[in-house]
Amino acid sequence: MADLNKLTIAAARDALRKGDVSSAELTEACLGEIESAGALNAFVHNTPEIARAQAAAADARIKAGDAPDMCGIPLGIKDLFCTKGVPSQAASNILKGFKPEYESTVTSQLFDAGAVMLGKLNMDEFAMGSSNETSAYGNAVNPWRRDGSEAALTPGGSSGGSASAVAADLCLAATGTDTGGSIRQPAAFTGITGIKPTYGRVSRWGVVAFASSLDQAGPMTKDVRDAAIMLEAMCGHDAKDSTSADLAVPNFEAMLTGDIRGKTIGIPREYRMDGMPEEIEKLWAEGTEMLKAAGAKIVDISLPHTKYALPTYYVIAPAEASSNLARYDGVRYGHRAKLAAGDGITEMYEKTRAEGFGHEVQRRVMVGTYVLSAGFYDAYYNRARKVRTLIKRDFEEVFATGVDAILTPATPSAAFGLGEMSEADPIAMYLNDVFTVTVNLAGLPGIAVPTGTDSQGLPLGLQLIGRPWEEGDLLNTAYALEQAAGFVAKPAKWW
Amino acid sequence: MSIDKDTAAKVAKLARIRVEAADLPALAEEFNAVLGFIEQLSEVDVEGVEPMVSVTPMRLPRRVDVVSDGGQQAKVLANAPDAREGFFAVPKVVE
Repeated sequence: MADLNKLTIAAARDALRKGDVSSAELTEACLGEIESAGALNAFVHNTPEIARAQAAAADARIKAGDAPDMCGIPLGIKDLFCTKGVPSQAASNILKGFKPEYESTVTSQLFDAGAVMLGKLNMDEFAMGSSNETSAYGNAVNPWRRDGSEAALTPGGSSGGSASAVAADLCLAATGTDTGGSIRQPAAFTGITGIKPTYGRVSRWGVVAFASSLDQAGPMTKDVRDAAIMLEAMCGHDAKDSTSADLAVPNFEAMLTGDIRGKTIGIPREYRMDGMPEEIEKLWAEGTEMLKAAGAKIVDISLPHTKYALPTYYVIAPAEASSNLARYDGVRYGHRAKLAAGDGITEMYEKTRAEGFGHEVQRRVMVGTYVLSAGFYDAYYNRARKVRTLIKRDFEEVFATGVDAILTPATPSAAFGLGEMSEADPIAMYLNDVFTVTVNLAGLPGIAVPTGTDSQGLPLGLQLIGRPWEEGDLLNTAYALEQAAGFVAKPAKWW
Repeated sequence: MSIDKDTAAKVAKLARIRVEAADLPALAEEFNAVLGFIEQLSEVDVEGVEPMVSVTPMRLPRRVDVVSDGGQQAKVLANAPDAREGFFAVPKVVE
């Protein structure tokens, strides 16, 4: 078989079971691609020895005839996941050299299912960013380019390395994490599929924490079927995460019938933003038509507190981050600054954190410190938590009227150029998450599906938002949209 | 609400991040941009609204009050920048 690295999980699984290909062959094909894709800067710690050992074990298991779906599938793992004995530094200098003594629940489950780890993937530092430009490893690069241009584009963020690696076929799929849109925005920027499950569906144990009430991990894949297969392997109750839901995990793939007749799809009027590019407007209208043609009922809905989602997020996420990141103190792991004579422990903390954290992380930690400080806690933090209640209530009221899923654009634009936003104020960058951040605040599942390209040939995606715990139904609606859109474009190889 | 460089210095101190005096005015300006953005929240009528505690309605699970883990000193210390005689080592804390 040729081009093994380009296979989907489903195709590879079927070929592995038929004996047409081995995991060792799949793994070598991906390792070869990674070797020659340095220009993308997607993989930042390669683990070929682990990959080859896992592939050999997977091949033995497949021969024995009782292999799960993910057995033998080569994956990339976002650097935010702790992987035992392998550098896991959340793309931050403050965790330089950190090698966890334990394995995250998500990667444990994937490895128990026989999946193969090719290496760790680039990301924004501590998952704080929307362009992968805050990484201690440097920028990850989008394999897509504008027609007739060689300008390097962002793969989005924070899961930029994951998006770039999957879009460029360096691996069959990758793990991502999503606090405000960090799976869905990069998926949309690179023409792949990414799902953020319901809060509590996937264990956060062993995933470096950014904002604990918003963080969820999920798969980034080449299509919706693969998202269903890999999500199932990542889900499940975990006693080590007190917010993990003790609910049965359905067979998501079996729910992909493509039949959405009689389903009700809501189109929220507040997502029609001022100054939204015409191409996004058109993509959204086309997606609506596709779902209608597939037999869904389309209804206009209102989510009145939408405009307050980003400001709410930029209180809650930094507040939680300032607390979570207090642990990076130069004592237990990672970087410690060189101290001058007479420096005490406070100087050690302050110098270590100034050297170890990048600019965006420092800014968010300090904003979080401010909104939690005495005198401002009520005005900012408590008020934001109240508005969050209202944002969630908006969704509950819409779902109570019988809406099954909500269709929105995934991003306000196609991928932009690396460095293009460097002069803009931080708010301009934050606006990237305007359509995705509501979903994290309400704890809902959301999926980005590629459905078209812009006038410069770049991929664009739509987002579907589902009811809590109904990822199976959401994936099926996404599957119907994917089939109708027929998006098959791939980036031309230049790397 | 406008943040001046003294407030910026105070926040940096609370966050235990060293910021050079020359960088404080720029930092204060960045804070003001972000705080100006989140200021919109003051428009929202939140009278009688409960602040969100948990995004999914769930009871925090309980477990039996027993020791279930431990004896991993070497692993706990393995990543420390400075570990000595089974302890984390830090600069002198008390005189």
